[in-house]
Amino acid sequence: MTDELERLHRAFEADRAPAPREAARKAALAAALAAFEASGEAAGEAAGAAGAETAAAAPGEKISAGRQEAASGARLRRDRAMGLGRILRSTAMKISEFTRPRTLLMGGASLAVIALAVVAALPQLEQADFLAPEPTGQQTADLDGAEGNIETGTETGARSGTLAGTDERRADAPADAPAGAPADAKTEAEAPARERAELDDTVLAEEAPAAPPPMPEPEPAPQVGAVSGGAAGGGLMSLSAAPTARPAPAPSASRQLSAGRVQASPEQIGRLRAKGLAGASDAAAGYAGGIASAPAPAEAEAPPPGYQEQGRDRFEAVEDNPVKLTAEAPVSTFSIDVDTASYGVMRKMLNQGVLPQKDAIRVEELINYFPYTYAPPETAETPFATHVAVFDTPWNAETQLVRIGLKGYELTREERPKANLVFLIDTSGSMNAPDKLPLLLNAFRLLVDRLGPEDRVAIVTYAGSAGTVLEPTPASEKGKILAALDRLSAGGSTAGGEGIRQAYALAEANMIEDGVNRVILATDGDFNVGIRSTEELQGFVERKRETGVLLSVFGFGQGNYNDALMQALAQNGNGQAAYIDTLSEARKVLGEEAGGTLFPIAQDVKIQVEFNPATVAEYRLIGYETRALKREDFNNDKVDAGEIGSGHRVTALYEITPVASAARLVDDLRYAQPVAEPEDTPDAGAARAAEFAFLKIRYKRPGESESNLITRPITRGDVGEPDTEARFAAAVAGFGQLLRGGRYTGDWDFPDAAALAAGARGDDPWGYRSEFVQLVRLAESAAALSRQR
Amino acid sequence: MTGPDDAAADLALARRAAEGDGAAFAELLGRHYDRIHRLGWRLLGSAAEAEDLAQDVCAGLGARIRGFRGEAAFATWLYRIVVNAARDAQRRRARGARLVEAYTEVEALERAGAEARAAELDWLRRALAALSPELRETAVLVLDEGLTHAEAGAALGVSGGTVSWRMAEIRKRLATLADRAEDMGA
Repeated sequence: MTDELERLHRAFEADRAPAPREAARKAALAAALAAFEASGEAAGEAAGAAGAETAAAAPGEKISAGRQEAASGARLRRDRAMGLGRILRSTAMKISEFTRPRTLLMGGASLAVIALAVVAALPQLEQADFLAPEPTGQQTADLDGAEGNIETGTETGARSGTLAGTDERRADAPADAPAGAPADAKTEAEAPARERAELDDTVLAEEAPAAPPPMPEPEPAPQVGAVSGGAAGGGLMSLSAAPTARPAPAPSASRQLSAGRVQASPEQIGRLRAKGLAGASDAAAGYAGGIASAPAPAEAEAPPPGYQEQGRDRFEAVEDNPVKLTAEAPVSTFSIDVDTASYGVMRKMLNQGVLPQKDAIRVEELINYFPYTYAPPETAETPFATHVAVFDTPWNAETQLVRIGLKGYELTREERPKANLVFLIDTSGSMNAPDKLPLLLNAFRLLVDRLGPEDRVAIVTYAGSAGTVLEPTPASEKGKILAALDRLSAGGSTAGGEGIRQAYALAEANMIEDGVNRVILATDGDFNVGIRSTEELQGFVERKRETGVLLSVFGFGQGNYNDALMQALAQNGNGQAAYIDTLSEARKVLGEEAGGTLFPIAQDVKIQVEFNPATVAEYRLIGYETRALKREDFNNDKVDAGEIGSGHRVTALYEITPVASAARLVDDLRYAQPVAEPEDTPDAGAARAAEFAFLKIRYKRPGESESNLITRPITRGDVGEPDTEARFAAAVAGFGQLLRGGRYTGDWDFPDAAALAAGARGDDPWGYRSEFVQLVRLAESAAALSRQR
Repeated sequence: MTGPDDAAADLALARRAAEGDGAAFAELLGRHYDRIHRLGWRLLGSAAEAEDLAQDVCAGLGARIRGFRGEAAFATWLYRIVVNAARDAQRRRARGARLVEAYTEVEALERAGAEARAAELDWLRRALAALSPELRETAVLVLDEGLTHAEAGAALGVSGGTVSWRMAEIRKRLATLADRAEDMGA
């Protein structure tokens, strides 16, 4: 057998890095020289100042733990040099940021800004740095804050639209600011915390926030530095500590990681942050950094084995809906969901031979991906038709599935309201992949094709700085719109938040009163500049929803796809989230189903099902975990829920266990009081015995604030042999559950799902169902592979 | 990788740069840019990220070089900076390396390249995926960049002994990987 290391060596040899681009090299060298020059000037000034002050400030100062070893005479000078170094380095990072070859589009003023920042930061240095008692991360934040402030001041012109957001940022900032910032620096501490954060993204690791992981160091690596930054792990640590305080390696931990992996949800991190547990800097790093520095989960650093979990795609962890006892909780309430993003993600992963991670699967989105042939309502008066069926569960002989299918009214071209669309297109560097920007542009070309002559389109891009590429243009000038799309190319970082603001501003400025006003966001979700926290962004989108501008989100690409954020945005923006991985998917969402994507026919659609304890012992909603509503929210018109677009279909499945079934998971209570049968007329009693449940659907017509109610009982009369639509939905539901761990699916496995789906393909003009069958088979082999691992 | 002459020349340039000689600094960076980019590419997995990383490292060097004392070889000092910067970049990525993207690139290569080469690349991809970040960094520095265990240790901030231990660990991991592959074939 060949030596493994030799083989690795040869593999490295065979897989050489691509030659760097000349432009990148030039830009890097130029940035380096600029930083070099800047540091020369600053160092000269500082050296003079340091000499003058050494005598004045030596005794009586508090010394941080990390620096106690330093003799007090030398200390001042060294501290100064360090503080200076920090500023210089962050300045260098600014230079780097602004001179990246892919960012250069942003405008030439940045170097001047940096020069100013350095000059202005030096006086700050004198006041703040070495008089402050604790030279820890907090103080650094203050210093950089000063610098950041100058930048916001001078840069306003360059970054158009920043001002509009400033107030909001300030309002939201304090949670991110270091707790207990010194009073004299307080005014500086808020907005700059963000600027500081931005810097932090690029600060080199010697002074980087090395979060002390809770795992023991399994190696002989000496861990010298005390972590003076504190358990928060956020802020900068003192330099003496940082270089050695690296994240502990965790080779032995990787197995246990794969088992006990907990992904901190954005909400959790948000909460942590609000409590100030996460330091000032992690706000900056977006919740990528947030996860890394959050104290609890040990999963952040080491990628566990098996490559299904290797990506940095972010999915929110969600538990399966549990089995509910009808006797205890007879009512189930949820919001409909027309998103399909999860299906695209799943397909992409399976096509790579990898089982998708559990949290990437939302079963309802899998089910709703398919165009079931439910009959539409006759008129637009009732916006959707309801189709209920009850049939045997494929994976459990003792239970039944209740299918609730909704089919939205299909607006004809004449009936369609006018559309005011703003395409918000991510053109950041990360979109520079064949499955991202080029695919996205093709998708939008398809959409433009579908628009009526009176619809209007505007295009806003965001990459480093946000900009309007195309002012609102009637779709009749198709050439102009297509030409604008053709001009887009990827480069720079992602100012997603800023872009959203601009897009909304544009949509509001061109609001069509009785039309559809919609921002269509296309991105890989890597919002790393601008509004940072998910919650903040959600809040913004939610407020904007009130103004009548809706949001749809299309996700592209893989590797850093931020599913949780996309999902949250679409839910809060009354829109749809879809994941577009291929051109045919683009055609599906933006071409043939464009009507549904663009034109809502009903909003805040909520479903409430009351199960009858006389007939149903247990029930379980399959999927819709992220869409659960409180029972009382059903009748509360203030509570937001999903929307249905023209021609959309929505399907929900309940698995119910009849009272007499052997498959009941929960035993009767020994000491429970038998439920007293209410006094009934014989007829009503018989009716009750024949009903499984009572279905209630609430919806609002677009633009209205009062909801309408549709009700119908689900009875034994609905029981029957499932048609192809029902069988296919059941196959997809079963498959989705298998991918999520198959907690309730018993022995039923991928081959069963494939067989069931294959037999229920029906008409399938676009081949979606055939593709699904293929995917199930791919999952089967991927699962077999991963079992052998 | 670098011969003694190169190392001496680097050191001389770095010292001059530390004293404020811009030309020396420019030359020094010119000599090392490719190395920075290459290591960044290997550790982060995509050309775009390697570019950004190299950019950040270079700009950082502009300020840092003045603190260079010549206590270690310039290349080692630089490796350490690049590795740290790469870790930092990865930390920002929520978890782990940007491997999926790297895979996509590798896959594109696979399709373009010869079959045998593709198989080997596939193995490399899986091998790197099976290693923890520390082991991956160590493997890259020792096997790809050709550092000695002591040099790699200096660059990673651990002892040479730790690097040797890690190399043994890497061998073990890869052997496990190979066993699995055989199981799968059987």
